[in-house]
Amino acid sequence: MMKSQKKSISFSRRNFLKTSVLASGGMLIGFNFLNACRPNAIVPIDISKLNFNDFNAFIKISQEGYVTIFSPNPEIGQGVKTSMPMIIAEELDVPWEKVSVSQGLYDPVNYQRQVAGGSQSIRFGWDALRQTGATAKQMLINAAALKWGEEPSSCYASQGIITNANGDSFGYGEVVKEAAVLEVPENVELKESKDYKIIGQDIKNVDIQKIITGKPLFGLDYVTEEMVYASVLRPPSFGKKLVSFDDQNSKKINGVVNVLKFGDKIAVLGTNTWAAMKGKKALICKWSSNTKLESTEDHNKELLKILNGNKFKVNREDGNIEKAFLNSDKNIERTYESPFLPHNCMEPMNFYANVTSDKVHLVGPIQTPAWTVSKISKLLDRKPEEIHLEMTRMGGGFGRRLYGDFAEEAAQISSLANKPVKVVFSREDDMAAGIYRPAIKYRIKASIKDGKITGYHLKEAAINGNMYGLIPNFFPAGCIPNYKVSTANYQSKITTGAWRAPYTNFLAFAEQSFFNELASELGKDHPSLIIELLQNVKGTKDERIQYSAERMEKTINLVVEKSNWGKSSEGIYQGFSAYYSHNTHVAEVADVEMVNGLPVVKKVTVAVDCGIVVNPLGAKNQVEGGVIDGIGHAMYGDFSFEEGTPQSVNFDTYRLIRMNETPQVSTYFVESDLSPTGLGEPGLPPAGGAVANAIKAATSKQLFKQPFVKELGFVESKILG
Amino acid sequence: MLLFQTYIMPNHTLNINGKKIIVNVDNDTPLLWVLRDELNLVGTKFGCGIAQCGACTVHVNNVAVRSCSITVSSLNDESITTIEGLSDNGTHPVQEAWKEIDVPQCGYCQAGQIMTASAFLKENSSPTKDEIREAMQGNICRCASYNRIEKAIELAAKNS
Repeated sequence: MMKSQKKSISFSRRNFLKTSVLASGGMLIGFNFLNACRPNAIVPIDISKLNFNDFNAFIKISQEGYVTIFSPNPEIGQGVKTSMPMIIAEELDVPWEKVSVSQGLYDPVNYQRQVAGGSQSIRFGWDALRQTGATAKQMLINAAALKWGEEPSSCYASQGIITNANGDSFGYGEVVKEAAVLEVPENVELKESKDYKIIGQDIKNVDIQKIITGKPLFGLDYVTEEMVYASVLRPPSFGKKLVSFDDQNSKKINGVVNVLKFGDKIAVLGTNTWAAMKGKKALICKWSSNTKLESTEDHNKELLKILNGNKFKVNREDGNIEKAFLNSDKNIERTYESPFLPHNCMEPMNFYANVTSDKVHLVGPIQTPAWTVSKISKLLDRKPEEIHLEMTRMGGGFGRRLYGDFAEEAAQISSLANKPVKVVFSREDDMAAGIYRPAIKYRIKASIKDGKITGYHLKEAAINGNMYGLIPNFFPAGCIPNYKVSTANYQSKITTGAWRAPYTNFLAFAEQSFFNELASELGKDHPSLIIELLQNVKGTKDERIQYSAERMEKTINLVVEKSNWGKSSEGIYQGFSAYYSHNTHVAEVADVEMVNGLPVVKKVTVAVDCGIVVNPLGAKNQVEGGVIDGIGHAMYGDFSFEEGTPQSVNFDTYRLIRMNETPQVSTYFVESDLSPTGLGEPGLPPAGGAVANAIKAATSKQLFKQPFVKELGFVESKILG
Repeated sequence: MLLFQTYIMPNHTLNINGKKIIVNVDNDTPLLWVLRDELNLVGTKFGCGIAQCGACTVHVNNVAVRSCSITVSSLNDESITTIEGLSDNGTHPVQEAWKEIDVPQCGYCQAGQIMTASAFLKENSSPTKDEIREAMQGNICRCASYNRIEKAIELAAKNS
């Protein structure tokens, strides 16, 4: 399942690299950063017919030996803009101090094929990026060998210097001119992990200086001379349509230059953001609906009706679950419930569009440029070749920026207004026009016979869609002889989509709370029970199984050791949780103390197996953030609808975790020489369960619903956290 | 279509990052949008517009203020400092600490965090952990880089 880092790759370097001599005398290597990084990527055409416009990333090596990596890869906050160049620099074998990373912004000539990778970037990029760096290094060695009249095999490169058997040496910069015109070598050798000099080191975020000095980096910071700002009024409730509107008052506002209707939306254009926002507030609209408007109460009823019924799709079935329930000593059944959640990226949705007769220019924060271009191509009836999209740094993504609705709006408005337009969502727009995490309910039933778990049935009732196909093959699939996963959904008008660790962000809480109860029932310790179950899947021939029992066991053992599990001092109550998602194994222990009668999460200890840790400093940041984000949303995240209208639209009524509510997170990585896997999401899913289980230990109260504050009955409390 | 009406907008003289600047905007325009749209000082971020998230924090006479909720007409001679004017080239002890601890993830809220932290340290140069956590609770970070913000403020206090 996991590839060893020494395995060679099947694609040909010739198909994804091209070199050239720069006017300045340096060497330029063109390659495809992400789309060709996928091991199964098909490179469309013969390389000899391509020019540099067909590449989206470049390595420049100057005559002075400085290396610049130009990457179009967008940064959402998960650190790939730092970690991916680290992998290239490792195999190129240059000191990191000589490397700079440049985002390929605003360069329509050089960056035509931009593809964002999401949390799979490192996993897909690992092999290809190492090959790229190693190929470039080999070309430099070959050039030096040619100069010396020696065999390349007798030369050696390290830290930007090539040395031969006689002890002569060249800096990389001294041979770039020659290297640039050489044939691209095949079958280059990759380093062994024990020889890594950059990978595994703590490397700081390459954009840190710009971030801490407030330089323009984000979509919201992008401006052009002629641009106007657009504030969009959308239907106030899901299911409502626009009947009529009066814009007289809007047009009286200083700076408002146009008011445009498109579909059921109205755009107010202004010479500044404030004018556009004021103009929107001054609109008077009539809305209507001819269908039933949905409320949270309706969703709750519908989802429970699904769980109580028998219309399910079976996603996986092992053994005979009904027989297991019939023949058991005891059956336990629990229901877990979660609300919708908005994404709340700190940078509200925004996008720039300039639609002209010869081209469509789009700029902004988006994770799915190719999909967005194809949608806008259909929307405006323009050829995809006429559409150029540039990505900016993103002020958070969490799944929201997979959807290009805001870019489509910008394109439509610019097309109608015949002007370059920047659509800016207010926080209220951002929260009310969301593509939310859907509300979901899980019902889990297990059978116990002779002190063993003999059956496990998970039912999912979700809004709009169900868990993706791999999830039924996560733990405990393969561990329990009679096992079944069934799903069904309710189709709603509320728009829903991916939200950091889709489905597992709540499922992990349900599952690990349930196993904690099962452990108590069996008189066992929670981590020991999971480890005991994992033994049943070791050596399985079932190729559908996604997780590794060996890796999960190691991860659990590490967190048990580091958290002093079972040996904590008086007054500290611990809760355990373990979960595999996004190819990474994570186990967490939360420490809760009672303060003034309230449970307070003081500390979370985390063990992670994500293979080789490329950048421990960045990796720990991801895990710390994921854990706290997971706790925050499990504890406080609440979002409801009345008659199709969101009931909270800004941070005065929607609660996100704040610094005085955060525990200290200590992260430990399982030592590994396996290929790296993603970290943007996997830290989050286990967090809710660990906290719920610790609260259970502290208060004896079992939590079944998120947000926890509501179920615990102290919504107003600021102290908890 | 109605003709758009134009009014003479009032002039406001502001003292921003040590410079006198005249802007021509409506009285009710929040300082945030003057900084961002009129002066292109985009380091000050828009997050919520209602002083709940702290992304737009600037200093007004050395005190941390949410620029989304202070109108341009309420400002006269006050000395306004934005992230761009906090130091030359990011050398303020708080910025140095942010670099040392490698705080940011997406980075969007960090200018606001730094502005709140630097004003706080001016009032309390050797804060306890709990004082830091309370002082910073008005600034939201959705990436939840809170542990590192806390560490960076401790480090900045130590170094300044």
